Amino acid sequence: MATDTQLDLWEVFIQSKSGLPYIHAGSIHASDNKMAIQNARDIYTRRGEGTSIWVLPSKHIVASNPDDNDMLFDPSNDKVYRHPTFYVMPEGAKNI
Amino acid sequence: MTTKDAAYTYTIRLGDDALILGHRLSELCSRGPILEEDLALTNVALDMIGRAQALLKYAADIEGKGKTDDDIAYRRAEINYYNHLLIEQPNADFAHTIARQLFVSVFEFLFYTELEKSRDETLAAIASKTIKEIKYHMQHAIDWTLRLGDGTSESHNRMQTAVNDLWMYTGELFEMDEVDAQLMRDGIAVDLIPIKAQWHNDIKTVLSKATLLIPEDTYMQTGSKKGIHTENLGHILSEMQYLQRAYPDAVW
Amino acid sequence: MHNEHSDTHFQSRIDNGEHIESKDYMPEGYRKHLIRQISQHAHSEVIGMQPEGNWITRAPSLRAKQILLAKIQDEGGHGLYLYSAAETLGISRVELIENLQSGKAKYSSIFNYPALNWADIGAIGWLVDGAAIVNQVSLQRTSYGPYSRAMVRICKEESFHQRQGYEIMTKMMRGTKDQQAMAQDAMNRWWWPSLMMFGPHDTDSPHSSDAVKWKIKRETNDELRQKFIDKTIPQAELIGLIIPDNNFSLDEKTGHYKISPINWDEFYRVIAGHGPCNKQRVDHHIKFHEEGAWIREAAVAYKQKHVKKELETA
Repeated sequence: MATDTQLDLWEVFIQSKSGLPYIHAGSIHASDNKMAIQNARDIYTRRGEGTSIWVLPSKHIVASNPDDNDMLFDPSNDKVYRHPTFYVMPEGAKNI
Repeated sequence: MTTKDAAYTYTIRLGDDALILGHRLSELCSRGPILEEDLALTNVALDMIGRAQALLKYAADIEGKGKTDDDIAYRRAEINYYNHLLIEQPNADFAHTIARQLFVSVFEFLFYTELEKSRDETLAAIASKTIKEIKYHMQHAIDWTLRLGDGTSESHNRMQTAVNDLWMYTGELFEMDEVDAQLMRDGIAVDLIPIKAQWHNDIKTVLSKATLLIPEDTYMQTGSKKGIHTENLGHILSEMQYLQRAYPDAVW
Repeated sequence: MHNEHSDTHFQSRIDNGEHIESKDYMPEGYRKHLIRQISQHAHSEVIGMQPEGNWITRAPSLRAKQILLAKIQDEGGHGLYLYSAAETLGISRVELIENLQSGKAKYSSIFNYPALNWADIGAIGWLVDGAAIVNQVSLQRTSYGPYSRAMVRICKEESFHQRQGYEIMTKMMRGTKDQQAMAQDAMNRWWWPSLMMFGPHDTDSPHSSDAVKWKIKRETNDELRQKFIDKTIPQAELIGLIIPDNNFSLDEKTGHYKISPINWDEFYRVIAGHGPCNKQRVDHHIKFHEEGAWIREAAVAYKQKHVKKELETA
């Protein structure tokens, strides 16, 4: 007999309104694509939270390593010229 | 029979299907094969109870005696319930639940698609809301039929048994009597003859895709249109009506 | 991986109010504590479906049946969110379920009491969920990210649970003599166990200090219990329910209610497995888990047969 499982782990992303980004809602278990979508719908959109669902097997998620946080994220902290507030506009300039 | 009487009976028959199936599915809460499926079946049960409310409330309106949906749902004798026999069959195992869901949801999909065109505006409106729910129930039932039919040998055998066991209750889905005849003349009721052919076709497609055999049409059970049920309904009602019967003066 | 430096750094992140994520460094004790607490919480939601489930088929109106079903469904959903949070700590749902069924993992003892009359459904919503919510609101700020996010979602969804319970109690207290008697009976049976839900007094609680230091737990058992008592007694009095405690009183100076001592012997007896329904609840879970095995196997077998097709369409 095959070993019993709780099926595979999937991650669920829900778009709450058309045009908005898909946001991670949580996880579900399912055996196949269709079941994953249906389970995601039954678990995470019971109160009208969604207009669209993405699911993907959790094993396919690639995550950054927290040990690399200094290397990955700190260098952007001093690049203030990427933000509009860095620039000096002449007094009275409008629509810019 | 007046159109009003016919419309009352017609509506209550539809309402009872939703009421009793909602009840059967609600029995499965905390009994699912996996937590996710537990929630999925509860969603179907909730859709059914919502539909029962709408239809029984409409039946009460037609009757015009000031009753509520609950009066109708909880205060009738067994012989005055008109749900199809298939609906009240027990959740003997998950395969029986799925086979019942498959037969019912494919039927309801075809039926409510037609009822949406009814000249009775309330029934048409209820149909148009409910058809979205039914599509999902049907998808859910078909997917599980495929998984069980084409899964392991055990699941295949269980699913085939369930299909065989329930087959004799499917003929009744397409029976019509004088209520149907009268309301069809008024453009209110759905003609079940074309639906029967389409249903057989659709079921055959699903079952063969699931590597299941379609049973022979032998004797078909009948009775619900006259309130004659299998022994199952009495037990459902004795649970369902318990508080309403034991404390008739109470408001809940 | 364990070293003093990491532990100090970890504690300073906690002290700064940062959230910990699953791949971040965490001391083994923190991970273990979380797995124990989150899984206990998840199992409580799942086992908690049973006492209320006992009344679904006897719910006295369509509205009542709908509400009850939706509520129990929420409990299942919450169990699921919490299992997912636990899974981020490297334990699988299979293991979590094994631990529940073997008795290695606990669930809230409150669910080892029976639901005997319809008012019990009111009492469970109002008192049991009411007590749970006090705890859960506090846990929204817990330091472990996935747990905190699950709690935020759960709190949002649970907000109707307590209200529906109180609505049932109110209706019954305004109803017939029989209904009032049922409501008071339910009150008598659920009041003390719901106070025990917050766990032993702080002085007797074995896990409290680490949990508070790590900000897994944000308030102590006694603080949370007091909050619950203070808001619940006036609600009971408003609808005419009698608190089953001959010696409770309001301390005018502090504004807090004082209650009689809690019967901790009963608490420990039920935890040890001798409550009215311990065996029944776990047996039910095992029965339907085992009956589900062939279905899960079928789903896996079907997927294996069709996996190639699915990848092509994916």
